[in-house]
Order: sequence, then C-alpha cells, then structure tokens
Amino acid sequence: MVEQAEIRVVHQGGSNITFREPAISSDSRFLLCASGHSVKVFSTVTEECVQELRGHTDLVTGVLIRPSNHLQAYSCSADGTVRLWDFTDGILIKTYLIGYPICSIYASASHDGVVFIATPTKGHKTLDSLQLLAVHLPQTAGQLVETSDLSAVLSDVSANPATVAFGRAGEYVASTNGVQLQIFFFKKQKSFRFSLKENSCSGRSNTFTCVACHPTDDCVATGHEDGKIRLWRNFDQKREYTYRTLHWHHGAVRALRFTPEGSNLLSGGVESVLVQWQYQQESQQDFLPRLGAAITHIAVSPDGALFCTSHSDNKITVIQSCVKVSSIIQGLVKGEAVQTDLMVDPRSKALVLNGKPGHLQFYSLHRDRLLFNLDVVQQEFIHQEGLDQFQVVMATLDGAGAWLATVEERKQETVEAELNLKLWAFDEPSQSFILNTTVSTPHEARITAVTFDPAARGQTSLLVSCGQDGLFKAWRLAAPGHPDDGGPSWSCDFVSAYHGLAPQRCCFSADGSLLAVSFQEVVTVWSPASWELLLTLSQPPGNIRDLCFGRLSCSKFLLGTTNCNQLCCWNLLTCSLEWSTSMEVSLLLADPLSDNMAAFCHQDGNTDLFVFKPSEPRPLFSQKAVCSGRVSRAVFAPREVALESCEESSRWLNRSQLYFLTPLMDLLTFSTRAEEERLMAASKQLVVDDSVAMTPFQLLLGKRPPHHQAVGPPAKLPAPPGGSAAVRELLQSPAHVLPAAAALCSAFMEALLGVATETREKKTSAGETPSDTEEEEEEDSDEEMETRATRSEEAPLETDSAGPVLSRAQVRELRRVRKLDHSWFSSLLDS
Amino acid sequence: MGEFKVHRVRFFDYMPSAIRSMAFNSHTERLAVARADGAVEIFNFADNYFQEKVIAGRDGRSIEAYGGPIWTISGNSEGTLLAAGCEDGTVKMFEVLEDRIQFQRNLSRQKGRIISLSWHPSGAQIAAGMMDMIRIFDSETGHATHRLLVDRGVGASKSREVVVWSVAFLNDHTIISGDSAGKVQIWDGLTGTLIRTHLVTKWDVLVLAVSQDESSVIAGTSEGTIVQFQFISSTVGQQDKLWVRTRTFKNHSHDVRALVHTDSAVISGGMDTQLVVRPLLDKVEKNTQESALRKIAFPHRNLVSCAKKAGLLLFQFPDHLELWRLGESDRNGTPGESLPVNRKPEKLIQLKTKGEDHICCSALSPCGSWLSYATVAAVRLYRLQISSNNISIQKVSKLPRELKSVHQLCFSSDSCRLFASSSFSSVVVVALNQTDCKYLHTLKHKSGSRQPIHILSPSEDGQWLATANTDCEIHVFNLRKMKLHCSVPAYSSCPTAVSIHPTTGNLVSVHADQQIFEFSLKQKEYSEWSRQLQRQGLHPLWLQRDTPVTSISFNPNNPAHIMLHDVFMFCIIDQSLPLPEAKTKFYNQMILRSLPQPQRLRESHAFKTCKNFQHLLSVNLLEDLSLVVVERPLVDIVAQLPAPVRQKKFAT
Repeated sequence: MVEQAEIRVVHQGGSNITFREPAISSDSRFLLCASGHSVKVFSTVTEECVQELRGHTDLVTGVLIRPSNHLQAYSCSADGTVRLWDFTDGILIKTYLIGYPICSIYASASHDGVVFIATPTKGHKTLDSLQLLAVHLPQTAGQLVETSDLSAVLSDVSANPATVAFGRAGEYVASTNGVQLQIFFFKKQKSFRFSLKENSCSGRSNTFTCVACHPTDDCVATGHEDGKIRLWRNFDQKREYTYRTLHWHHGAVRALRFTPEGSNLLSGGVESVLVQWQYQQESQQDFLPRLGAAITHIAVSPDGALFCTSHSDNKITVIQSCVKVSSIIQGLVKGEAVQTDLMVDPRSKALVLNGKPGHLQFYSLHRDRLLFNLDVVQQEFIHQEGLDQFQVVMATLDGAGAWLATVEERKQETVEAELNLKLWAFDEPSQSFILNTTVSTPHEARITAVTFDPAARGQTSLLVSCGQDGLFKAWRLAAPGHPDDGGPSWSCDFVSAYHGLAPQRCCFSADGSLLAVSFQEVVTVWSPASWELLLTLSQPPGNIRDLCFGRLSCSKFLLGTTNCNQLCCWNLLTCSLEWSTSMEVSLLLADPLSDNMAAFCHQDGNTDLFVFKPSEPRPLFSQKAVCSGRVSRAVFAPREVALESCEESSRWLNRSQLYFLTPLMDLLTFSTRAEEERLMAASKQLVVDDSVAMTPFQLLLGKRPPHHQAVGPPAKLPAPPGGSAAVRELLQSPAHVLPAAAALCSAFMEALLGVATETREKKTSAGETPSDTEEEEEEDSDEEMETRATRSEEAPLETDSAGPVLSRAQVRELRRVRKLDHSWFSSLLDS
Repeated sequence: MGEFKVHRVRFFDYMPSAIRSMAFNSHTERLAVARADGAVEIFNFADNYFQEKVIAGRDGRSIEAYGGPIWTISGNSEGTLLAAGCEDGTVKMFEVLEDRIQFQRNLSRQKGRIISLSWHPSGAQIAAGMMDMIRIFDSETGHATHRLLVDRGVGASKSREVVVWSVAFLNDHTIISGDSAGKVQIWDGLTGTLIRTHLVTKWDVLVLAVSQDESSVIAGTSEGTIVQFQFISSTVGQQDKLWVRTRTFKNHSHDVRALVHTDSAVISGGMDTQLVVRPLLDKVEKNTQESALRKIAFPHRNLVSCAKKAGLLLFQFPDHLELWRLGESDRNGTPGESLPVNRKPEKLIQLKTKGEDHICCSALSPCGSWLSYATVAAVRLYRLQISSNNISIQKVSKLPRELKSVHQLCFSSDSCRLFASSSFSSVVVVALNQTDCKYLHTLKHKSGSRQPIHILSPSEDGQWLATANTDCEIHVFNLRKMKLHCSVPAYSSCPTAVSIHPTTGNLVSVHADQQIFEFSLKQKEYSEWSRQLQRQGLHPLWLQRDTPVTSISFNPNNPAHIMLHDVFMFCIIDQSLPLPEAKTKFYNQMILRSLPQPQRLRESHAFKTCKNFQHLLSVNLLEDLSLVVVERPLVDIVAQLPAPVRQKKFAT
C-alpha cells in the first residue's frame, strides 16, 4: 500500500479555469481563478500566470477576495477546508478546517469574520440540495484552525453557485432553486419565498439560472432558462412584490452581475454576447458581441473599470469598460468530447487535441497555456443547434513533427458521411503547419485509423489509413509530375483488403519495418517495404480493439486487446501467443521512451490502471479506481527534465508522464511524491523571503535598506534615524500646532543629514587603517540606522555558518567592492 | 343527447367596434365602455362582468362646445364640474346638474389644441396635455400657472410635434404624462420640473390610468402593451419612493385606447375591440376564478332572431338588418359528416335604417312574416311576404303611440302579438293582423323598478310572458288575463336567459353567476329538480365558465331536455339523469365518446356539453328539428381589423 500512496492522481495543467467565477483584485491587476486543485493568479495585463496557490487536496470550488483585506483571498475546496492566502506573494496564511465538502463560498463586507459556504445537506448524498452555512472564522493564531461555529442560514440551495447573492450591504441573501426565489433578511431573521409557474405562456421553462443583487437599492435581478431577466422589487412583502421582465437573450441567461455603483446590469449567456443594461433605463442596452463562446460567469472589478467573462471553452476574457477586449486568458479548450487521440507534438512538446470546433489546439503542459489553434476545417462555424458541421475526428503526427494528418468528417442523417483527409507540412519560417494535400473522400466509409510510418526520422513518407469500407490504403509523399506543380504532395500508393473484413486498427512497429492491421478478429502483419502479407494472428473470440507494438527491449512483442476482455501478447519471432490475460482493457498505449505499456481497464464503473512490461509477468504499477467512468484518451508525454526516482513503482514515470482524460473531460495525470514535495518546497520558499544565500550579489543588494520591509506591516517601519530631537518633534507633535512646512523643512533635512556628517567626522578623526575604520564605521552606522538592526545581526551569523569561507585577500577585495557606491545599481533594480 | 341536423352558419359578419374610452365607478362596480360607433355598454363587475345595458350609438354623434371638436373631458373628484378640452385651445368648464350640464366659464385660452385633461384631486388645479407641452391651470382663476415642455422624439420624428395623449395629476402634485414619442414622464407639478423619463415604446403612449391609492400607474401603448409603474421605495423600510417601471402586460394586438386601474385588476380596451380584465395577482387570492384573465369579445345578448317555422335568420347590425334564408340539404349522414347543400343560403333583404340612430333591438316573427326593429327614437314594423322567388317588404305605417323608447322586441309564437318592453319595466302588447296593428294593453308590475327589461320570453302556447330586468327581477304575466301572474323570488344575480317550458309550464332561468333555476308557474315555487340542483350545487367547471348563457330552448321531442348555449359551448341538460358530483370529471361529449362503453355509462350525467362549435352567437332549434348554429370565429374578426403597428419580431 506504500506504493499506492507514492503516486497520486492530480490535476496538473490544462485544468478548467472557468469552473467558478474568477475574482478580481481590488487594484484590477490580478485575476484569481480556481483551477483544479489550486488557485491561479493571472495578471490581467500580461495574461501570464504569476502565482499558483497550491495546498488544497481536492477540487477548488471557490475563490473570493477577503472583504476586510483586499490583499488576501479565501478559497474553498471539496476537501473541506477554507484557506486564506496572501495572493500577491503566494503565501498560505491560514487553513480553516470545516469538515464538510464545500461547493461554493460567499462573503459580504458587513459580516466581518464570517464567510458563507454551501455544503451538501446531511443525509443527502446528491448535490441537488445544499445548505448555506455561516462560518465564524476564529481569530486565533496558528496556521491550522478548527472551526466549530457553524450556523445554517438557508436550506434548499441549488448546486449552481450563481444562484446565491448577497444584497445591499449584506442585509439579505437571495437564493434561487428551481422556480423558487428565496430572500432571507438577516436583521429580521425572516425569509420570503416567491415562486413562478413551471412554464411561461410560450411553453418555455421559467427556471431560475442565476441571481444578482443591486449594491445600493433593494432590487434583485434573476436570470431564467428562457432568456428572461426579472428585476424584483418590494420583496419584503408577501404579496405586493413586483417585478419587471427584460428579454433579450434567446437562450438561458447564465450570468448576471451589477456594476459596483449599480448603474449597470451585465448579463451573458449562450449567445456569447455581453449585454449591459442601464439600471432604471433598461430599454437602453449596450452589447459586446462575438466573444467566441457561451458566457458562464461575469466578474466585475471593484472600481467597475474591468469586467471578466468566463466562457464555456475554458477562456477568460478581460474587458475594459465594456467596450474593449483587452486580454484573453485561454485554458485547455474542452468541448463536449475529444474525438482525436491525445498526441504530443515532438517539436513543441505540446499536447495536441480537438480544440474549438474545427480546430486542433496545441497546449503546452509545461507552461500550462495554449500555444496556438490550427484551423483544420477552414470553414465558418455556425453556433446553432442541430446543424451538422465538419468536425476533426482524427489527427496524427509523425515522429519528427514534420507532418500532420487530419481527418474531418461531416455526419448527415440522410447522406453518407463527408470525409476529408488533410496532410499538413510543418513550415519552419512561420513555425506552423501549412496545408499540403487535401484528399476528399479517401475512403468510401468512415475512417477508423490513420498512422504515420515512424521509420526514418524526419523523412516520413508513408501514411496508412483504414476505413470501414474494408480497405486500408497507404499514402506516399511523391514529387510532382511537373516541376510547375509546386512541392511534393501525397498520393495513394497501395490499397489492400483482407477477406472483405473492415480494418479497425493499424500500428507500425517502432522501426517501421512492420505494419500490423487488425481486421475484426484477425491481426495481419505486413511489410511496408514490399506490401507483402507476412503473417496473420488470431485469438477468437472478439474483435481487436487496440493494437500496439512493444518498444525497445520488447519490440518482438505485439499486444492487442479484444472487446471480449482479452489482453493478448504475441511473440512475433515465434508467431505464437506469448501470454494472454482476461481483463476489460479500454485503452492500451505504449510509452515511446521506454518499453512500458499502460492499460486502462474498465471495471465496475471505475477505471483501473496497469503499467507493465510485455516481457514481464508482474505489472510495474497498478492503481485501482483512477477515476470513475471509462477512460478512452490518454497519452505519454515526455518530461522536460527526467526524474531520478529510485522507487520501483514510480520509476516508470521518470522519463514521461501519463496524462488521461476522464469522461467528464478533466485532464488528469500521475505525480510522484518526490515531484510534489519539490513543488511544495518551491512554493514554501516564497514564505521565507529573507533567506537569500550569502553571496557577493546579496551583499551588494544588502547595502540599501531592503525595500520589502516598506510594504510590510507598519509596526516594523524603521524608526526615525538618529533619534534627532528635531525629527522626533516634527513627527510626534500634532499637526495643528506645527509651524508651516516650509519653515520646518530645512531643520528636518539637516537632522537627516546630520547623521552622515557625524560619521564622516568620526572617520577622519579616528585616523586608523582604512580597513579597520571601515569595519567600525559599518558597525556604527548599523547601530544608528536601526533600519538594518535585524539584518546586521543575521548577516554575520550567516557568513559564519552558511557563507563560503573566504581568504583574507578575498575579504579585502570584497570590502573594497562594498565601499563603492552601488546605489545606481539598486536604483536600476528598483525600476 | 340526441342527434340533429345542424345548419352551421358563418355568414353573420358581426363586427364589434373599437373601444375608445372607459370609466369605472368603484362604488357600484360598474364599468362604462364607449365604442367608436358611439355605443356605450355598462358592465357590472360585481355580477360576473355581465353586460347589463347597451346604449345604442348614432352616426356622427358629436358634441361641440363652441370651440370646435372636443378632444377630452374630465370631471373633478366631487363630480360637480366637468372640464372639456377643445380644438381651439380652450378648456371649458361645465357645471354638472341633476339632469344636464351647464356651461360655466372658459379657462384662459392657449395656442394649440387641448388633448388631455386631469384634475388635481383637490380640484384647485388642472393639468392639460397639449402639443409639445403640458399646461397647469389654476381652476379658480382660470390662469395657466406652469408650462412644461415635452421633448420630441429623436431622429426623424424630431420635426414632428409631440402629442401629450394623456396626463394624470396625483395628490402629491406629481404629474405623469404619456406622449406620442413613446415616453412616460414624471413631473413635479409644484415646480414644473421633469423628474424622470421612461421610454416605453417606439410608438405612442396613448392612455394612462392611476390606481385609487396612487401607488401604481399603467400606460397603454400603440403596440398593445400595458406598462405598469409602481411607486416603490428603492430600499426596504425607507420613505424615499420613486416611480419604477415594473410589469408589462400584452393582451392586445392593437392600440390600447382605454384603461382603468381598479384595486385588483387592470381593465383595458382598444382597437382590437376586446375588453380585457387582467387581475393583478398580488391583489387577489390566487387560484380562484377572480385571478383568471378574462377577455370579453362578444355581446351578452342576442343579435340574431330566427323564424323557426320559415327557416329565416335576421342579423342585427348597428345600422342595418340582414334577412337570410337557410340552405337546404335533403341528404342524411352519419354524425360528424358534412352534408352537401342543395340550396345555398341566400341573403334576402338588407334593410338600412333611416336617420342616424343605430338599432338597439330587432325581432323576426316565428312565421317569418313580420319584422320589427327599434332605435332610441322610433319603432318600425315591416310585413314580409316571401315566396320561392318573390320577396316583398312593406312598412306598417301606422303604429300605436305607445310604442316608444323600446328596449326589447319580441313576437308571440303564433306571430299575432308583438311585445315591446317600454320604460318603467312595462311591456306594451300590440295585436297584429293582416293589415294593421292595434295597441292592446300595457303590462305593468308593482315593484317600481325603473330598470329596463332586457329579456322577453313568451311561452309556446301563448299563455305566459316572462320578463326580466336588470334589477334581477323576473315577472310572469298571464296573457289571457293580461295581468301579472307571479314574480319569481328575487336572486342576487342578473338573469341572462329566461324561457318557459312548452309542456310542463316551468320557467327556467340562467343567471350571470351561472346558476340555473327552474320555477313552476302552476305551483309558483321552485321545482323539485331546481331544489335538488341547489342542494347539490353545480359542478365547478360549469361555474368557472366566463361567458353567460344567452338563450334557453327546449326539445319538443324530449321534454326532459333543456338546451342552452354560451359563446364557447352548447349544452343539453337532461333532467332525467343524475347531476354531476363536484369531484367527478366533467367530460364533454367528444371525450365521452372516446371512452369505453361501461365507463361512458358510469360517467354520463345531466350536463351534456358540446364544444364542437366555438364563438357561438346563437343556437336555435327549427320546427323540423334541425339546429341552427350561428358562429362568428374570432379570427375572422381579427382579420377584419386594420393592420397593427409594425413591430420587429425576433427571428423574422
């Protein structure tokens, strides 16, 4: 069981940044998003991720700027904790243990020391019915704080976090669930419920989807499934409540937000248009159209100058004053389903998969950002339901990343599917793929597999495609017949069939000398050089589902899985079955950098992972219940820096990392404990900011007062220098008894200068060896300038203990260097 | 239920006229509706919205008050003074006296017409909407004290004058105006400053109405929408209230010209001729009949007379009458089948009225040889002679003097008597023979009611005449003795249809609240069936219908059958079957027929309703036992309306 704990399934890269509403810092410079198990802090200007707040052990379900301190943020997670962060420095300040999984977090400025969380109601396992709890956060010291003061505010809260909002100065909270609006007044401890009819006159659903409260007026805006927005007023009356209906959206309203002054109401939905309604003058609207994908959340900065819209394609758009899109933070684009395999681009080491409709996305996992989108279909995508459009269903890259083959398909109910096979060449100058060849209808029926010949690196010239029409075709790069025709293009080289059976999978051996094609129950092995059928293998019953050649030391093995829960391993030298085992393997894949293979087995609704070597009977690693549901897409991504783990069970992760997509489109990966510790250490380093190693460079910097103390708490402010009476008088006497500033100025300045002149006098009067005086002087000034008192105590200690041992000459040289005026350098650093 | 050969008549081109103006009296709960043709209708809201009276209109009816056409009139809150806004820019004050109005004086004359007027509740000031401005007059001195300039519309309409169609002067000196630029504006009447502008529509805001407590204002627009504004405090528990636009109602396809804001409902009418009562759900109990939207599109009285023996139909229009002969078919068919017509229905006569007065009632004798109609001023009687190809109509020139100010006309079943309801609930009986007519008697009763009789119903055998007036009284006269036989015990709701059974001599009456009574004329008491019906109560679905039963007839073949109809259904009550329980389902015949036989027997009850025919104006049983059903589909009425203002519709 030790091995199990060693390796953990984590969200790492490509996680959903639009899962919850982002929070904008009060100076509008940072954007905080819940992203997997961590909180990411993005810069709103540069779109870069500047901090990643790690610490939660489960999905983060909410981020919130602390109302009483705008430099801190709360985050909540399904692991049952609320954490308080200093998000500019990435420091975890406190962890509050709640003990229940938390679905969302809210706070209001008037409830000091209280946060509101939505947790599942006890006894209800499902997420349909939540309760809103008020949590009094205890003001005790210590990092880990137990909270016990929980009180229920509302029950029957919807799982959608957009359905709870706090009203004017936290006087009331509005919550919607289904077709019911509930408003709870804290002072009167009284709640009012208003319900609508299930369906409106036109037969569309009246269900509430989101709610927003006006910051100064008693007005609650609710969004509805049928695209209407209702503005409720007089809701402190049981019957005399009233509302106004606004209708612009034709689909459901997904997000609503008032601007901080309450002058505007923002709404968004499937139309991907941000609508700005003028409060009290709602017939006037402003629109920001063409935002690319459905809006799921809207956040507004506290000064109202910046809006952020989260979109369903894992994108956050930063909008300046509702007119201009200033930046776009794009995560891994996730559609309904990924139809292409997961691939790794050998050049950029980026993950390649379906992105926007009709596009392939290149997503860098190391930098966790989208590199670019390749428009494959090159047709306008029309946002409309029930429209059949071209989709990229298959893509494959050759070993060097020089060629990309894509298959796009348009399914129509009446006509046969339209197919296109496109081949793209990597263009060095533009650093992107350029369309080389388009083959329309390469097969009569759907294409089941496409693969490049991995043979000669960079010189790939063979592509094999299998179709349901019973043929597999080989395509070869050929020079044009006429020199005027341009560069080389691809054409069909070889067509073959096997007993009229439909080929399902094809796979090249690592050296490209063998091609295995599966025809239902039969595996045929061909020689690509001569197109000769070398041998056939069969292990009935069951059709072949996956086919994979072993790598490196195991290249004599061919592995296949069947849909009758068989995993077979054939020895190609003996042409016989080496071993087989009975397990339902949903996905089999080989690590390109080692001889390991990974098999995802679907069992009892969960997926188990086995990593094994074809030549060894025992699996290297196995983990039960990696995720729920069936895993059908996974990839081995090579690491940038190989790990040096010596643990037997985690050695398979040394050179490459295994990423897989869950049925819910979460990109998960496996991480070792060593790796996590390294990451945690990296984030902890930020806490102890002062512990910079004693280096010559540090000494240079140490000459001027460390500027980070200036932003620290006011208690640590440097005391006025020199204890000068003039300065003390100036700073301590009340302002109204002071003479004019002009009169005081010269005295004050002199008091400041006096320190330096005194030291200079001392220096000249002492008349000792320069080196010694310097040392004394240094010490003197340290004593006088109390600003550095703490540092000067620490610094010698460090030189003694940690600092490198210096020879006497070196010390002298160092002193000489220190004496030089380096203020220009520090000012450079400052700027 | 019995099967009938049905004449399905759709050639009655009844066209109601647009609603222009409405007034509501909250004490008596009566609504007066003025239509474009000059007719005024009185609805009693306390009595299930029954249309009690119709005062017929008149062509070119106009009042001129020495200053050209009057655009608006408005009475002060005490009802002692009436202000009229004229084309020439004068506001004329009239004193309201017991029986007339008397000109008092003019307020200072303005340039431009006065479009709308509103009194301050104290009566000290009057706000007048004009072109491009609102004027405030001091009603004592008659001088204009303020001039509020109203902005014109933007764009192309900048050059057009803006018309202030409606103003409302509230108690706190707030003035609310609705204008042709689509704005509802809120002004401070003391300082004359604009407080807020709500742009409501691209078209015109035509009318405003204020609730009694002045917490809500509704505005009707040319788009057919009604927009509500409420006086709401912006934060809970504080006093600073402001006018906030809240709900929007859309129940009309055309201009909303008239609005009334009662305590619990919004009543609207306009170009699309329907009167709509939209209850405000926050003011009424939910899930009661009171909370249902109600549209009144058809009159609550008969405009069709049928000559049962001759197969003729008389249609009453405001300014003419049409006499039609029904088509014939000699074939028989299965239920639901439509038969081919041998002889097409034929319009025999179109009779235009003389003079400008509109017809208030008309009648056709059962034999088809007499025709009579009445206007406010006169009664006319014609003798018809219709053979297969020869039609002659002859006016009876000398009518008795007693025939005047007639509210209702009716012929006896043998066509030798004409009954005419006259003033003071009296009935004038006129004897008819081949050549002339002779006054016989005036039937009177002693209740002293001044209300007009709206139903006259003679019995088949000529012995009885039942009359009903809007004081909810039903009197039965013995025609042999020419005197009052008895009065049916008074019921609180107005009778909408009364008829006497030909064989049993029972009087059946249906009231505006949908109750049914059967009164035995011989015993002078309610019949046993009626008592049982009252004990058990009517089915809720029957009581929830929102149109009154407008006629009752009997099947001579089956004396237990009573046939009734309202606008949306035709019903035969079989007195021999058990009454429906309140909890059982109230199947109509179409659904009942689809049920299996044993269940059908179990579910069958006395009320057999048929909803095959919609928008029924009249149902009559002819002598040959074929049924004449006169329908006027609402879509046909809507199709004849002028085109509404153009509106951009989503996805078109």
